[in-house]
Amino acid sequence: MTFSTFSRAGSIHIALAAIAMLAAIIILPSFAPLYTLINVTLYMSMGVFALSLALLWGYGGILCFGQSAFFGLGAYAYAIAAINFGDTTLAAAFAIVIPALFAAGLGYFLFYGRLSDVYLGVITLTVTLILFKLINSTGGDAWRIGEARLGGFNGIPNTPLLTVPFSGVPLSPAQMFMLAAIMLFVTYALCKVLIVTRFGRAVIAVRENEMRAELLGYNAKRLKLAVFVISAGIAGLAGLLFANSVFVSPTMFSLSMAAQVLIWVVVGGLGTLFGPVAACFALQIATAALGKLGIVDPNIVLGTVLVVFVVFVPGGIQPALAALHAWIATPTRQSRTLEKVAR
Amino acid sequence: MDYFLVVLLQIVGAVGNLALISVGLAVIFGMMRVINLAHGEFIMLGGFAAIFSVQAGINIWLAMLVIAPLSIAVLGVVIERLVMRRLYGRMVDTMLASWGLSLLLIGLATTFFGNRVVGIAAPVGSFRIGDYSLGAYDFVLAGIVLVVFAGGYAVLRFTRAGLIARATMQNREMASSLGIEPSRVYAITFAIGSALSGLAGGLLAPISGVLPTMGVAYIAKAFITVITGGASVITGTALSSTLLGSINTVSTFVTTPVLGDVALLLAATIFLRLLPTGITGRIFKGAP
Amino acid sequence: MNDYLLEAQDVAMHFGGVKALDGVDFRLKKGELRCLLGPNGAGKSTFFRCLTGTYKPTRGHILFKGNDIAGKERHDIARAGIGVKTQVPSLFDGLTAHENLWLALRTVQSAPIRKEKIADVMERVGISSLSDHILGRMAHGQRQLVELAMVVASDPDLVLLDEPAAGMTDGEVERLASIIRDVNRTHTVVVVEHDMHFIRMIADQVTVFHQGRILAEGHVESILANQLVRDVYLGKKHVP
Repeated sequence: MTFSTFSRAGSIHIALAAIAMLAAIIILPSFAPLYTLINVTLYMSMGVFALSLALLWGYGGILCFGQSAFFGLGAYAYAIAAINFGDTTLAAAFAIVIPALFAAGLGYFLFYGRLSDVYLGVITLTVTLILFKLINSTGGDAWRIGEARLGGFNGIPNTPLLTVPFSGVPLSPAQMFMLAAIMLFVTYALCKVLIVTRFGRAVIAVRENEMRAELLGYNAKRLKLAVFVISAGIAGLAGLLFANSVFVSPTMFSLSMAAQVLIWVVVGGLGTLFGPVAACFALQIATAALGKLGIVDPNIVLGTVLVVFVVFVPGGIQPALAALHAWIATPTRQSRTLEKVAR
Repeated sequence: MDYFLVVLLQIVGAVGNLALISVGLAVIFGMMRVINLAHGEFIMLGGFAAIFSVQAGINIWLAMLVIAPLSIAVLGVVIERLVMRRLYGRMVDTMLASWGLSLLLIGLATTFFGNRVVGIAAPVGSFRIGDYSLGAYDFVLAGIVLVVFAGGYAVLRFTRAGLIARATMQNREMASSLGIEPSRVYAITFAIGSALSGLAGGLLAPISGVLPTMGVAYIAKAFITVITGGASVITGTALSSTLLGSINTVSTFVTTPVLGDVALLLAATIFLRLLPTGITGRIFKGAP
Repeated sequence: MNDYLLEAQDVAMHFGGVKALDGVDFRLKKGELRCLLGPNGAGKSTFFRCLTGTYKPTRGHILFKGNDIAGKERHDIARAGIGVKTQVPSLFDGLTAHENLWLALRTVQSAPIRKEKIADVMERVGISSLSDHILGRMAHGQRQLVELAMVVASDPDLVLLDEPAAGMTDGEVERLASIIRDVNRTHTVVVVEHDMHFIRMIADQVTVFHQGRILAEGHVESILANQLVRDVYLGKKHVP
């Protein structure tokens, strides 16, 4: 079995994702109860968040322990801008641009300082904690940006909902659901296309072997910075969608948020895009159900899943499923053995 | 005058505190290049061990100085056997797995001990300097930290076990070629590191109380202190605790406690940018 | 200004108190095939790493096509036209040989031309049958050849090869020698090597390093006859 990282089979996956997205948009709002719709919207915003790290870590090889920094920053940027502008369309752009700019500054510091992977993890984690602490301490009237009160650990409950551009009419939950579904699809398609462009392949080259990439004339630092910035923008978009399905609060910066997204990528499989999104949906549904039952603390589930996957299923579910599929699809025992030998 | 004395004593307290919460992580990182993200939870469980012992009527010093470290050492050995042993040499995977353990331990502690702060009274009272009241316990704590570090230094510097430990820190392959079985060294190291985390938890229980999610507050500080310190466990941690503890205290006095913590983390981040291998990676190379 | 492709002037590299290079002057004409040799620690590998941008020399200039490249970033040096094969093959292990070569053709925009060039260079180096194989699962000798193919594919003005024959079987070494001679028909080549047998197969001009300096330079046979070279280098090699 030959496996090609550069394959262009992506178009089939994009088409399948488009069909799934359309099916969800057409079918779900007509019969699902409102709270289900809102929950699925929330899961979709998390799906976008999962994609941001799937791209950065799985293809860029950059393990960011503090991806939630960009997620929270996007939500806060949106909320503050929307309250001040009184219009949400421009504010939505802020949700993507501000985290991206922040990532550009931070990334310049990290990559051009030639810090190794582990320190990169430490520093991104630290940055998230700094933001978490800072935002938590912004209770009271003194802490405001323009019209917007930062609200400390209460967050910004009065975050304006996205409106239909230039009309001032807020989106209904069903419309918000559709927007989230479309955004999840668009992000997926964007990542999928990105990884087969010349830029994407160069990014993969840097992940595989930074020194060789540089010896071939690729500017590894700039490529890493670029994928870091793109990933932060996607995380900001996820924050925007999250802010519109729940509300803006400091927990978006929290370590458990940073851990969750990491777990989705580990479980879904490094170097895949569909896997992390699927894992994100599955784990969120599972933890929500367990939380409702109140028997098991969600942390126990997430922690156990992370340990088990790192130790026993290091490739995540998608490669494991693919291997299983190949095994089942191989008709006779003899050829199975042959394949094993070939491997 | 009193004010400066108070600030100075606060700095001593903060440095001791930072050194205490970092040393367990430092031992494991220095010897094994494993970053134990469950370190904060080891501290938390050490705190619970001390508190439950005191509630069961055991002497508080015995609970803090013996029972807390011992019980966490046992936990550490179990975790080393079941999880860490499978991941040596894969630094990122050890970080991920220990993060998973961290969540798991938080969840278990919440389930069994409840999500609320429990505390014990400090065994010593407070004293006054001019108009200021200071907790005497902070200085007991700083004293214990000093003993731990001096003891650690002496062991590493003058004993055969210390020599083996330093050899392993300098060069893993070399150590195993000397006939030292690395897996045993690792198991012992993990146990000692865990015990020190448990000790920290026990000693901090009277100050901060114990809560299942308290580990999060310690891990980043400990983490950054260890990495700022660099390769040498004792010297590095002592130096970086002094540096960062001073920055933390002074900026807390000038601004607020939150901004003091922010200043600590920010200073460490900038510091790492300037000295990517930490203080002892560049300046005090080869110290124990 | 001059007709040298590469000219190193008084290049020194100190690590703490150790002088790994202590004032090296080196000139290379376009079209040459030069071997750098010397015992371990002689400074040839350090010099090599100064050329590739891995080390920034403590002192001196390295003029490549008239521009000083000393201390420049690795990717800038690569873009200036220096292709490098490292001592331990440095490849994209998770990708196929074809994908590795695709990445080597960084400057080629057109897909059909790229494809054609990949096929050509695979043919030239003799790895066409490995096109769809993952590098991480290849034998050492095959990996060496793929790396060489990558360097040739990127069509640099100067090809630097660090111990290309290391770990190869006799048959592979012979094939490698003929490939390198073939590459030299179109490219200037510098080879760091200590295997005398292999050097005789490919080079006629050699530069001998010793204790961070250039000890001797000239035709391979006259250098081998040089008593000084025999003492410091060959003597050490044959009398353990």
